[in-house]
Amino acid sequence: MVLVFAESPRGQFKKSAFEAVTYGRKVADALGTSCAALVLGNAANAGQLGQYGAAKVFQVSDASFDTFDSQAYAAAIAEVAGKNGAKVVVLSHSSTGKSVAGRLAVRLNAGLVSGVNSLPSTQGNNLRVKKSVFSGKAIAEYEISSDVKVVSLMGNAVKPENLGSAVTAETVSVGASKGRIRVKSVKTQEGTVPLPEAEIVVSAGRGMKGPENWGIIEDLAASLGATTACSRPVADAHWRPHHEHVGQTGIAIRPNLYFAIGISGAIQHLAGVNNSKVIVVINKDPEAPFFKAADYGVVGDLFEVVPQLNAAIKKFKAG
Amino acid sequence: MKLLVCISQTPDTTAKVSFNADGTEFNAAGVQFIMNPYDEWYALVRACELRETLGGTVVALNVGPAANETTIRKALAIGADEAVRIDCEPKSAGFVAKQIAEYAKNEAFDIVFFGKETIDHNGSEVGAMVAEYLDLPYISYASKLDLNGSVATLERDIEGGVETLEVDLPFVVSAAKGMAEQRIPNMRGIMTARTKPLKEVPAVAFEDNAKAVQFTLPPAKAGVKLIQPDQMDELVRLLHEEAKVI
Ligand SMILES: Cc1cc2nc3c(=O)[nH]c(=O)nc-3n(C[C@H](O)[C@H](O)[C@H](O)COP(=O)(O)OP(=O)(O)OC[C@H]3O[C@@H](n4cnc5c(N)ncnc54)[C@H](O)[C@@H]3O)c2cc1C
Ligand SMILES: Nc1ncnc2c1ncn2[C@@H]1O[C@H](COP(=O)(O)O)[C@@H](O)[C@H]1O
Repeated sequence: MVLVFAESPRGQFKKSAFEAVTYGRKVADALGTSCAALVLGNAANAGQLGQYGAAKVFQVSDASFDTFDSQAYAAAIAEVAGKNGAKVVVLSHSSTGKSVAGRLAVRLNAGLVSGVNSLPSTQGNNLRVKKSVFSGKAIAEYEISSDVKVVSLMGNAVKPENLGSAVTAETVSVGASKGRIRVKSVKTQEGTVPLPEAEIVVSAGRGMKGPENWGIIEDLAASLGATTACSRPVADAHWRPHHEHVGQTGIAIRPNLYFAIGISGAIQHLAGVNNSKVIVVINKDPEAPFFKAADYGVVGDLFEVVPQLNAAIKKFKAG
Repeated sequence: MKLLVCISQTPDTTAKVSFNADGTEFNAAGVQFIMNPYDEWYALVRACELRETLGGTVVALNVGPAANETTIRKALAIGADEAVRIDCEPKSAGFVAKQIAEYAKNEAFDIVFFGKETIDHNGSEVGAMVAEYLDLPYISYASKLDLNGSVATLERDIEGGVETLEVDLPFVVSAAKGMAEQRIPNMRGIMTARTKPLKEVPAVAFEDNAKAVQFTLPPAKAGVKLIQPDQMDELVRLLHEEAKVI
């Protein structure tokens, strides 16, 4: 069996959970086995995971899982995996997955590959999976040779698909939680899709001249339903909040569409964004290195180009 | 305070990445190696700051061959008091984690520090593995770490937000941007680093169960398609019809 841990932070499933279940189901099909999902905590409507291909949904409705502790989570996932003879455990490569995957691998005596971005191939009893390495500069294929295998799935690597229909979640219990972390508060920005999950990102750099000019970036992002990001000097100068900083020292993202506006395309910036499916660069300097990494480019003054692009997007959306 | 900082060595950020002819090994010729930035800037510096205010010892640990000693000496120059090198090729995350855990299990560290990930393998795997071996709490991607007696308050980056939490010593943490500011080693640091203890420890056996077997370079971009600045309707059309992303 393939067991997918479907995250439900603060009681809500996010796209990454649906992606993980879709992926788990495809792995199960390839291995000729079934796919089950595991939910920890009081998420409503856990049975909907059936739509993405989980033949069974296990839920541990213990309120202690409503806050995150990697020790308690890993113990619970390992226990359910063990009881059900899971051969592959799939997680999301999220803040939660990154804290849990290594622990789970040790507990299950399993080989782990984190951040995989494509379906595995089989090699006898071994599984081969690919991931991006060297900050996006290369692709590595890993071979997992242990009996039980753990993989975490990169965000936006597969699309959630309708591979089944809703089921009734089955309540299960696990041994006492041994979490020792006391979560005091969780602050999230309301109303925007977090950068790691965003499908479209509008990002701007020092070419903006100053924070007072960001209105055109926010307008464009709003028209596209996109999330905003920025280069490091922009965050360092406090023109934009730190959580928007993408690149090697900030966060790595892989949206379907990345707009780089007034960003030169330094290698450390590219390290965080070069896994984007499509890159559009707007820069007044035709020699800007970012054009080498771009799919579409506009050589021009961003203060003229961006409002025109926004008008074109609005026209397109309207009709 | 007894603090352990696990440091890895990685190719420089700007290094050209290439592989041997059959794509099984990284081509190290002409590549400059550095201390993994997150280990150096955030984990090591924060550990040194805590030691400076609370007293104690910072141990820098690397799992790697003798060639890594330049990197290890740099950690000593930045402020670690002593260093340990577990002598071997760091074959995989599982292998490295086993080595670190074997060393740390009898040393009673108050905090074991990691970087959020290595910039070559981009794994974020080792810290969580060590935490499990040591049966300790693990806080990943911490952007802030303060200590009050034996209770630590940490902030952790989560998707689109921040989580604030408390945990008692001892624990394992991985460091992200915000935890500290990069330090450049000064002359005195570089001089004293030469005489600080660097202990060599033999590796323990571990059967690898997940290993990189084949490397490839990403397919080259077809080349940028330039659109005139007054043709934004055309750009939108291309994004919709050709790229199919809007
Ligand atoms: C170890 C290390 C780690 C780093 N990590 C990161 C990281 O994570 N993320 C990151 O972003 N950077 C990082 N950097 C910094 C990086 O090297 C670059 O300095 C930075 O990305 C440059 O930011 P920028 O492109 O916004 O600014 P600049 O390099 O100043 O580029 C501004 C661009 O705007 C263009 N421009 C100016 N005016 C206009 C206009 N009116 N219309 C159109 N275009 C215009 C210019 O032609 C230029 O290309 C790191 C550096 C180091 C050494
Ligand atoms: N060979 C090594 N020696 C010591 N520490 C390491 C080694 N490899 C990785 N680490 C630590 O583990 C962290 C996460 O590495 P990774 O799981 O490879 O992304 C790094 O930031 C280091 O702190």
